[in-house]
Amino acid sequence: MKDEITREERVDNLKGMGCSRKRVEDARFTQGKGNYVDDLKLDGMLFGDFVRSPYAHARIKNIDTAAALEVPGVLAVLTAKDLEPLGLHWMPTLAGDKQMVLADGKVLFQGQEVAFVVAEDRYAAADGIELVEVEYEELPVIVNPFEALQSDVVLREDLVAEDGSIPDGAHGPRKHPNHIFTWDAGDKAPTEEVIASAEVVAEETMYYHRTHPCPLETCGCVASMDKVNGKLTLWGTFQAPHAIRTVVSLISGIEEHNIRVISPDIGGGFGNKVGAYPGYVCSVVASIVTGKPVKWIEDRMDNLMTTAFARDYHMTGKIAATPEGKITGLHCHVTADHGGFDACADPTKFPAGFMNICTGSYDIPTAYLEVDGVYTNKAPGGVSYRCSFRVTEAVYFIERMIEVLAIKLDMDAAELRRINFIKKEQFPYTAALGWEYDSGDYHTAWDKALKAVDYEGLRAEQAQRVADFKAGKTRKLMGIGLSFFTEIVGAGPVKNCDILGLGMFDSCEIRIHPTGSAIARLGTISQGQGHATTFAQILASEIGLPADSITIEEGDTDTAPYGLGTYGSRSTPVAGAATAMAGRKIRAKAQMIAAYLLEVHDNDVEFDVDRFVVKGAPEKFKTMKEIAFAAYNQAIPGIEPGLEAVSYYDPPNMTYPFGAYVCVMDIDVDTGVPDIRRFYALDDCGTRINPMIIEGQVHGGLTEALAVALGQEIAYDDMGNCKTGTLMDFFLPTAWEVPNYETDYTVTPSPHHPIGAKGVGESPHVGGVPCFSNAVQDAFRPFGNTHTNMPHDHWRIWKTANDLGLHD
Amino acid sequence: MIPAAFEYYRPTDMAGVLSILAEHGDDARVMAGGHSLIPMMKLRMADVPHLIDLQDVGGMSDITVGADSITIGAMVTQHDIIDNAELTAAAPILREAALQIADPQVRYIGTVGGNVANGDPGNDMPGLMQCLNASFTVVGPDGTREVAAREFYEAAYMTAREDDEVLTQVTIPLPAGGYAYEKQKRKIGDYATAAAAVQIVKEGGSCVSASIAMTNLSDTPVYSDAAGAALVGTAVDDAAINAAIAAMLGDIDPTEDNRGPVAFKKHVAGVILRRAIARARSRA
Ligand SMILES: Cc1cc2nc3c(=O)[nH]c(=O)nc-3n(C[C@H](O)[C@H](O)[C@H](O)COP(=O)(O)OP(=O)(O)OC[C@H]3O[C@@H](n4cnc5c(N)ncnc54)[C@H](O)[C@@H]3O)c2cc1C
Repeated sequence: MKDEITREERVDNLKGMGCSRKRVEDARFTQGKGNYVDDLKLDGMLFGDFVRSPYAHARIKNIDTAAALEVPGVLAVLTAKDLEPLGLHWMPTLAGDKQMVLADGKVLFQGQEVAFVVAEDRYAAADGIELVEVEYEELPVIVNPFEALQSDVVLREDLVAEDGSIPDGAHGPRKHPNHIFTWDAGDKAPTEEVIASAEVVAEETMYYHRTHPCPLETCGCVASMDKVNGKLTLWGTFQAPHAIRTVVSLISGIEEHNIRVISPDIGGGFGNKVGAYPGYVCSVVASIVTGKPVKWIEDRMDNLMTTAFARDYHMTGKIAATPEGKITGLHCHVTADHGGFDACADPTKFPAGFMNICTGSYDIPTAYLEVDGVYTNKAPGGVSYRCSFRVTEAVYFIERMIEVLAIKLDMDAAELRRINFIKKEQFPYTAALGWEYDSGDYHTAWDKALKAVDYEGLRAEQAQRVADFKAGKTRKLMGIGLSFFTEIVGAGPVKNCDILGLGMFDSCEIRIHPTGSAIARLGTISQGQGHATTFAQILASEIGLPADSITIEEGDTDTAPYGLGTYGSRSTPVAGAATAMAGRKIRAKAQMIAAYLLEVHDNDVEFDVDRFVVKGAPEKFKTMKEIAFAAYNQAIPGIEPGLEAVSYYDPPNMTYPFGAYVCVMDIDVDTGVPDIRRFYALDDCGTRINPMIIEGQVHGGLTEALAVALGQEIAYDDMGNCKTGTLMDFFLPTAWEVPNYETDYTVTPSPHHPIGAKGVGESPHVGGVPCFSNAVQDAFRPFGNTHTNMPHDHWRIWKTANDLGLHD
Repeated sequence: MIPAAFEYYRPTDMAGVLSILAEHGDDARVMAGGHSLIPMMKLRMADVPHLIDLQDVGGMSDITVGADSITIGAMVTQHDIIDNAELTAAAPILREAALQIADPQVRYIGTVGGNVANGDPGNDMPGLMQCLNASFTVVGPDGTREVAAREFYEAAYMTAREDDEVLTQVTIPLPAGGYAYEKQKRKIGDYATAAAAVQIVKEGGSCVSASIAMTNLSDTPVYSDAAGAALVGTAVDDAAINAAIAAMLGDIDPTEDNRGPVAFKKHVAGVILRRAIARARSRA
């Protein structure tokens, strides 16, 4: 049989890996036909909403719900007293702490959930909330973690023993009632020794401010308890639906098979939708109590003020080097502000996430990291906002320390990076703080980036600008921001990564239909990443059926195989690997079927794009479509009917994407207004599945990086009032504020990943934040600036200029 | 973000509006575009038991450019201002300012009347109207009266308009000379960190009249008579501009907020005014 189309055309028809296939999701999103949790309307559905604390720290003397219950349409008002008999007034957090579902005697942050009003509609609920009378007795407020560690004011009385002693926490001994844990990595004494004896040591203290992922869709859920069959269905904005099912089962006592968790379309997560929130628990309880479905949806202020924040790391660094600039040691201490409850979302053994990737892309022989977690009167959270666990903090830290060292050495920061990079031949490379980097070629990427932007030319232009400024010819300075980052994503190997005891593997289950199309289900859940597009591409290349004939389904725990969800750039590294492995199982069976149909031995056929061909006789073949049909309509000796496979993938290691970014910025010294003239981003995410989606992810991640670096902040006053609860003050950039991004790439596949892919969704954020920040700081370097804290909003930039005397 | 319950009215003439206002006193409020009022109601910072929508009243959506003055109906949207070539030719500062308000979506709905009546120190049009020496026509139970923009603003959200009056029209004497509206903001859709409206008339190299108003630097817009006076009779050179800035700084009274502390705001106000004057001078 002769084929009418060429091999190249057959490859194209699959739209497999490497193809900029258009996103299949967009047809519905661009037509407003997405289906988000708030679109869900069920018969008799009720609406629940919270009475929230106006105070950051107060005792609750009394809650009077009588007037609220008089409001027409208000059916119930739940308080901690109602949840206590069920043991649900507190719930476990992902970090091994516990958190009040509803205020149990006191509140620890402004906006804390105090009572849950259940009503026939949102309007009645809102009116009911107004009428719940809560009597508070204000307590002293602590918003500064350093003060918390000195203070006599105990925030968490539940964590202090009767005799005043301080029991260990989930991560070991605590040294003060407001202290959560000390966690360290690396070698303390040798590092201190290296620093003490080094010829050059640069030191810096920096605050990585508190911010928030702020997904466009806020958090919410609908809980529906069917009292007849005992089944609970929970729809919600869950980045990890299976984990939520297990958590709900553990805390409610409902058997896991009776719980179905569904994540419908999700409008962005960025870490904000990983944790479990009081709204979920209260909706479930309210549904059990009323026998009706109950919806809870946050408004923007609820989201910004109460559900998971990110960052809030006070970091102190010391970096030692030779006079020539070879780094010999790194010391980092972090005071981590976790708010009123420790609800960080990190793998159990990593209470500071992967902060110990803070040696960055550099060959640093000796290092030590120590992190102290602290309670304050701020909202709980501490999620990884568009990054793997605390990697943005780590990369910001090292990329600032490199700049600070360059200043100390009076050296060019690009050159300082170059002479310290881990070399290509050193991979796999074991870093001083323990991680084994899988692959990298940093020098090639760096040289490509510097050449692309004409780095020398930029520096010359900058020197001229400084001269012009000093001569009074201009009031604008020019900053060149550099950043070279190494990410650590794809959590992770079950041997050291779990969340609440659940190993961080992931999964894919494939069913091939008789006519040669397929459905694949995964344990992950897209929130805009385009999984339905890219996972079909992986499969297309693996099993030889067109991506357009493959449906990807995620987010329904009744149908999808168990997985740990989507965050920390783990979907492609883990579930993507599972997909490839499941595809290979399909292919193995298909090979046997093909051999049978072609009447040759199994080993005499080989896979070629979309078919199995007889080795040496390419005109003899069976297409995957034909094979699929045969799997269902022929009795093949020794082979079961059907064509299905499932794979659970436990990654042998993390993956380590990297990249080289350069930002060119002009800064108006008099107003503090920055103008981003150019942004160049080179990403190496290993094998590239869909270049267009990668580019989209890079644009999004960079834009969130710009936001964080230049103004996005959750700020509190001394009374613990959140000052940034609306989008008027919480900086969310628009198209207007966003520059053109130039994207570029190199490809260094992961050696341990089935298709060599490393993950890209978070790299641009991780690398982008220090790049924007370094640009601002670099503009002021010629005038004596070493470091100023983000966010670099107008007034803080202005203050930098002012402090340097540039307004005199 | 759910407002308290309210009664919604949609009268078709001004008499209908006034009678509802008369009946409910300060429990009633008119709504134009709703883009300032509705957010306040949703935050429950404004309690409006009786909400009167002005959309169907009619007769307040015209822009007329006359021989010596311009009239703009209260329901004219900010977008209408941007879109009107005749108006732009007569008073180009209006378009320059309107383009710096909010974003296109807000400008399609937000009105001139709502913007000037609101009394929010962050609104851009009150300062603009003070610079242009506009007057506002208000109608109430006792008929119609005119209030000068420069006398309209008493404190944040407090204006010379009585609760039972409706603002129907803005009248602007035809402006002359060079103009500039300069605004610093944190992002598109943000209110000003500092903004300046400037009109300058020059004759033979010397400034014969100058009008300067500042926005979001006090609890009301600030018309700085002294700043304008500092330019009159000068060539609008650096010394004169410095004097104008010094005079303006004496009239503003900014407070610290998320945009920054007072020292920063004062400094930026000076920079913005300097730029506005320079641009207006270049166009005079
Ligand atoms: C995201 C966003 C950004 C914004 N940015 C800016 C900005 O940069 N600069 C700026 O100036 N504005 C800004 N605004 C406000 C916007 O311009 C408003 O539309 C405007 O301030 C009010 O106009 P309105 O027609 O919407 O008035 P409404 O909201 O309907 O009314 C505002 C107030 O004025 C009263 N009122 C309205 N019309 C009359 C009338 N005819 N007679 C008497 N009283 C009346 C109302 O009772 C109410 O108290 C922004 C708004 C939003 C939502």
